[in-house]
Amino acid sequence: MYGWMVTARRYEERLQEEYLEGKQPAFDISAGPIPGELHLAAGQEAAAAGVCAHLRDDDTVTAPHRPHHVAIAKGVDLERMTAEIFGRRTGLCKGKGGHMHLFDPDVNFAGSGIIAEGCPPAVGAALAAKKRGEDSVAVAYLGEGAISQGGFLESLNLAAVHDLPVVFVIEDNDWAISMPKERVTDVKNGAQRADGFDMPGIRVDHDDAVAIYDAAGEAVGRARDGNGPTLLEVQVHRRMGHFMGDAEGYRPDADTERAKQRDSIERMETTLRNEGVDESTIDDIRDRSHERVEGAIEWAKDQPEPDPEEAYEDVFSNPPAGWTPTSEPAEPVGGDD
Amino acid sequence: MAEADETEQTDGAESTTGRELTMSRAMVDAIAAEMRTDDDVFVLGEDVADYGGIFDSTEGLLDEFGREKIMDVPISETGFIGAAVGAAQAGMRPIAELMFVDFFGVGMDQIYNQMAKNTYMSGGSVNVPMVLMTAVGGAYNDAAQHSQTLYGTFAHLPGMKVVVPSTAYDAKGLMHTAIRDDDPVVYMFHKRLMGIGWMPAPAGPKTPVPEDDYTIEFGEADVKREGDDVTVVTLGLHVHRALEAADELDGAVDTEVIDLRTLVPLDTETVLESVRKTGRLLVVDEDYHSFGVSGEIIARATEGALDDLSAVGRVTMPDAPIPYARPLEQEVNPGTEDIVEAVRDLAGTADE
Ligand SMILES: Cc1ncc(C[n+]2csc(CCOP(=O)(O)OP(=O)(O)O)c2C)c(N)n1
Repeated sequence: MYGWMVTARRYEERLQEEYLEGKQPAFDISAGPIPGELHLAAGQEAAAAGVCAHLRDDDTVTAPHRPHHVAIAKGVDLERMTAEIFGRRTGLCKGKGGHMHLFDPDVNFAGSGIIAEGCPPAVGAALAAKKRGEDSVAVAYLGEGAISQGGFLESLNLAAVHDLPVVFVIEDNDWAISMPKERVTDVKNGAQRADGFDMPGIRVDHDDAVAIYDAAGEAVGRARDGNGPTLLEVQVHRRMGHFMGDAEGYRPDADTERAKQRDSIERMETTLRNEGVDESTIDDIRDRSHERVEGAIEWAKDQPEPDPEEAYEDVFSNPPAGWTPTSEPAEPVGGDD
Repeated sequence: MAEADETEQTDGAESTTGRELTMSRAMVDAIAAEMRTDDDVFVLGEDVADYGGIFDSTEGLLDEFGREKIMDVPISETGFIGAAVGAAQAGMRPIAELMFVDFFGVGMDQIYNQMAKNTYMSGGSVNVPMVLMTAVGGAYNDAAQHSQTLYGTFAHLPGMKVVVPSTAYDAKGLMHTAIRDDDPVVYMFHKRLMGIGWMPAPAGPKTPVPEDDYTIEFGEADVKREGDDVTVVTLGLHVHRALEAADELDGAVDTEVIDLRTLVPLDTETVLESVRKTGRLLVVDEDYHSFGVSGEIIARATEGALDDLSAVGRVTMPDAPIPYARPLEQEVNPGTEDIVEAVRDLAGTADE
């Protein structure tokens, strides 16, 4: 778990550096080697590691717009994920998805940038497993800001009435862009929403990967044993802006400071030391993680960009005969004669 | 394609009012003025208060009007857009912001089955005087769920007026009209035109904007540039790209550029007048190619001026989701050069 956590942290530090290239001095979102929005998850690594440690490749994970830490813990191909973020042809999605829409069917990982809309497909994956008599489970990640969304609540209900093997994981980082938690929900404990669906709800109040691991073990075990869904909420911390370029004018400095102090990675290191793991082992894991990240970034940057015409491929997996997506007409119509 | 966007905003010298505004400031100017005169106007949406709207569409309103009037709401588009419908039916004048038009799916029932239909279904006994404002458009690589334009979807479904400003001057006038309108108005602004710090706009949208209130009537297209050879009909960001293309073609092809400004109602007459003169029509639309604005404009032109037409064409988004990688998005998003080429092709068809 520690390895995943430091890999995710390092990965995002490096992405941040790459992202800012060409966007200085004046921040221009469309400039540089990584354009578009970039949502980083620094401070949320424990939520990924603690849950995904229980998962196999055949278990499904759906991630929201802030996906890297979860993708890394789920075992998504790091090189191809990085190539995707750099918009390269050999990326996971041939450069069509980008960082919010990562798909790696080898490990059953899928993304969506629409809030809470990863929940219904997770329910669907669980439904498929149940129908086929398999013991795989599905995990849907969402933020605490997403728990007001209909797609989430409908998914809880559907999973509950059909006893489906799903774990809904709410990453509570206290903020939904500029909206603090108290302004979007009156319940302090998001896991309470489970009560309304007669489903177990568990909240882990601190971003301790081990405590999350224990709680997730219970939830994933319940799902795998055919005992239905669980709603698990874990406290995490958003160390940075909502997206790169967010000046966070709405957020008190003290809150950002507090988020940085409660660092799940430092906490994990302390746990490891207390367990008697020696310093050189910790250093070793960290060094190897950093090397892996560097390797992925270097590989990705060497990859070719897609050819423009590739934009027209993959709209359908089985394109109808004669169908063309191109807007360019063969020849303009008309003409004097 | 997107290359033209990197130009800086210019401080034009032609200001008649002593002030030039970005499009976002002009929108806010109108909202604030309406809120000062009408207690029933209020704003609700995600991140509209402290953040001032992700695209600055409500920047600064919280300071003047407070949280009761500038309401941050939970992420729940069905809930809050529907609540705006209910408040409007109760006689208020809500302005709801759907952060990106791409998120419409989450709240679409409230939009097209409630907001757009209640007036009709009630036999006119109920009306829904609300504004649904939303950001459209690509050109910064935010991929398929954050870059769509979807003019056609909203204009296709009856019962909502659909407004698309391309300049600060129009943004203010159309916003005043939208808020005062007794029907639901979908106000679609292009992110690239807003003049936000992190997304440089082309030079055109920042214009002089009078301090005083003024309205722009819906259904009055604006002839942005007169020309005799080819009519280019467009809206939003692509007004600026079309103008750039027309400048580039100056001397070779005399291009007329029409900014539709509103899709519902649509100013068919101005389009017909122009094509009767030029005989050639090009529609430029950042929305998808099929079943949309471009097809509609061409249909109206052929219905109304078939005999005068010698050539038609369109430059649009292909019928594919919008890709992330830069070479791919540049391929699909209609750029200035695509327009230049298409206008040339149309003009050429007459010379052969
Ligand atoms: C349906 C929908 N509405 C709004 C958005 C815009 N949006 C993206 S992230 C976000 C905040 C999400 O907050 P939360 O769920 O707490 O996740 P966090 O960003 O804190 O990880 C919003 C409003 C969206 N992507 N989809």
